[in-house]
Amino acid sequence: MPDDVTALQLVLSGDPALFAIVRLSLYVSLSAVVLAALIGIPLGAWIALTRFPGRQGVIVLLNALMGLPPVVVGLAVYLMLSRSGPLGGFGLLFTAGAMIIAQTVLVTPIIAALTRQTIEDLWIEYRDELTAMNLGPIGRVMTLIWDARFSLVTALLAGFGRAAAEVGAIIIVGGNIEGFTRTMTTAIALETSKGDLPLAVGLGLVLIAIVIAVNALAWTARRAGERLAG
Amino acid sequence: MRAPSSELPIEFDGVTVTAGPVTILDNIALTLLPGPPTVLIGPNGSGKSTLLRVAMGLLTPSRGRITWGGLENVPPLKRAIVFQRPAMLRRSAAANIRFALRAAGIPRAEHARRVSELLELVGLERLADRAARRLSGGEQQRLALARALARDPAVLFLDEPTASLDPVSTKAVEDIIRTVSERNIKVVMATHDLGEARRLAGDVVMLHRGRIVETGAAASFFELPQTAEAQTFLAGELLV
Amino acid sequence: MKRLTRRLVIAAAALVFAGHASAQDKSIVVASTTSTQDSGLFGHLLPIFKAKTGIDVKVVAQGTGQALDTGRRGDADMLFVHAKAQEEKFVADGFGVKRYPVMYNDFVLIGPKSDPAGIKGMTDVAEALKAIKSKGAPFISRGDRSGTHIAELDLWKAAGIDIGKEKGPWYKEIGQGMGAALNTASAANAYVLADRGTWLSFKNRGDLDILVAGDKRLFNQYGVMLVNPEKHPHVKKALGQAFIDWLVSPEGQKAIADYKINGQELFFPNANAPGA
Repeated sequence: MPDDVTALQLVLSGDPALFAIVRLSLYVSLSAVVLAALIGIPLGAWIALTRFPGRQGVIVLLNALMGLPPVVVGLAVYLMLSRSGPLGGFGLLFTAGAMIIAQTVLVTPIIAALTRQTIEDLWIEYRDELTAMNLGPIGRVMTLIWDARFSLVTALLAGFGRAAAEVGAIIIVGGNIEGFTRTMTTAIALETSKGDLPLAVGLGLVLIAIVIAVNALAWTARRAGERLAG
Repeated sequence: MRAPSSELPIEFDGVTVTAGPVTILDNIALTLLPGPPTVLIGPNGSGKSTLLRVAMGLLTPSRGRITWGGLENVPPLKRAIVFQRPAMLRRSAAANIRFALRAAGIPRAEHARRVSELLELVGLERLADRAARRLSGGEQQRLALARALARDPAVLFLDEPTASLDPVSTKAVEDIIRTVSERNIKVVMATHDLGEARRLAGDVVMLHRGRIVETGAAASFFELPQTAEAQTFLAGELLV
Repeated sequence: MKRLTRRLVIAAAALVFAGHASAQDKSIVVASTTSTQDSGLFGHLLPIFKAKTGIDVKVVAQGTGQALDTGRRGDADMLFVHAKAQEEKFVADGFGVKRYPVMYNDFVLIGPKSDPAGIKGMTDVAEALKAIKSKGAPFISRGDRSGTHIAELDLWKAAGIDIGKEKGPWYKEIGQGMGAALNTASAANAYVLADRGTWLSFKNRGDLDILVAGDKRLFNQYGVMLVNPEKHPHVKKALGQAFIDWLVSPEGQKAIADYKINGQELFFPNANAPGA
């Protein structure tokens, strides 16, 4: 990337290297949120609705896992995906796929825990009616998830915020390779360590702008939804 | 609307419901027959709600047996219940009814027609697209009735349907109950409003501390209560 | 439900492996050091190599210790580091095929212009370090088992100082890369040993400048090695060797010499120097 040009000029001129970094960041974090939702929402709903021994312990553990340190997750995934590790055969280390995996591990507990809370609260409200209508377990889960969809969007947002903001996990498993695994946060870390602070600040502003934009989008969606469903 | 079906009679045979050390229903023997509404009365905590839930099939007795049309374990396909504070699904009034129709397995092609029929029956035609949670208390109660009727039940259970409503809404709901009963749907209703009981009941069942104290046709019960408890209660005194 | 689940699993796998398929064609992973990366050398060399051969070189920049570990694990195809003794051990232990010298640069002793230890212009780096210690002037060490860190420790030994035992609060080990060390030194107005390449491309200099340079003991030799395919069969032997061959070829050596910052050459190619 050119040295003397400021980040704002890079953004405004549509510098392809900068936008490649932004695209990769969005691809990794959004993919992770999608995968985490596919795992976390059904898992959270199941825990909310099922009685089993040790349930309270599982809920406490799930809430605690929301605070998994990213750098620890990065190390764990690194050891798993290394060629000398159990999943080394896939050759995923130092690829975007490894970064998606690491962020999925980080984000899934958030989505699962928030889903569990939301669904459980809604179930307390709906239980009598849904039972009286003789709905089977799948019918109940689908109804709860659909009626709770706006709160679930908030959970997805929280997950995206976590993924987009972290650097500790993806820098270890991705290797911060220029053009392949360099995202906004890892690029900021690199440029800062090179002493190129204006560029790092510029990238930081782009990142904040994206996070604000995603939040604003979801807020509008929620408002529209509330107007519809009350 | 319908002919009497195999849901009835509903028979309680020595039904007891306990929760831990507490006995909520004690050795209930009762038969609910087709016909005019059966009204359950009694002080708070006497077990009226629990009895309704057992009759609906939501609660299993700790001891004893309950049968519907002579059979045990009949799934609640042709029974419906309206709770005192019914939960409104986070969607429009019409969508709430559609949900109930889907849950009851009514074919999609019939939905539009049934939704408008039911909304008309309960007087909510003009609020079809309003978010259900933004309806007033009385309107929500009427919507819950429409939802319950969506599955074309043979028996309709109502748990204190007008307890939190003002007189105008109360009259509206009672009118709907009368209409429903005239269409040959058996209504089984709990209320703590003696006036309402007098207005609606065909026969009365009085509960006290989980036991049936007295039953009878409405006219004779209110005119000439037999038991001391019934007399005390009807005189408006506290029954402890 | 089962069909939906299966479709979702396939879609999820596609997401995870998307970047992977393209990585299988014509690319190698090279574990190198943060100082080499920070110097900008790869930004200059790799496009030339790619234009010539179409091979994507993916550089993972780590500390020397971690780079060697990455090679031992088989997570890279090649190593490009500057720690001769450890590289030779790497080959001797069977993790590497053969070590090729490539280039050298030098370390420089950086410090504040105010120079509290009075070392500016000294030609003997060991004497300079003794002066820093006796004055208790603040000194930043990388402390991360990197090539630079090991070079620093060797210089303290050459000065007759057992730094592990004799360090005081003036000696700060940060456990991070060259850029971070320079940032810290700039903020604290402290002395620090850096490679010239990182220093030349470092922008946050504050009040710092080069105070001691040119001592032969400050020379820093780089070597490349192919990770041993016998230990890790998936290693891309042909592509990796192509990169090595290019680096030591006259063309590659010239490309290295051509890399300049502010008109100054950073790295001096010496693939053919005996004993390098």
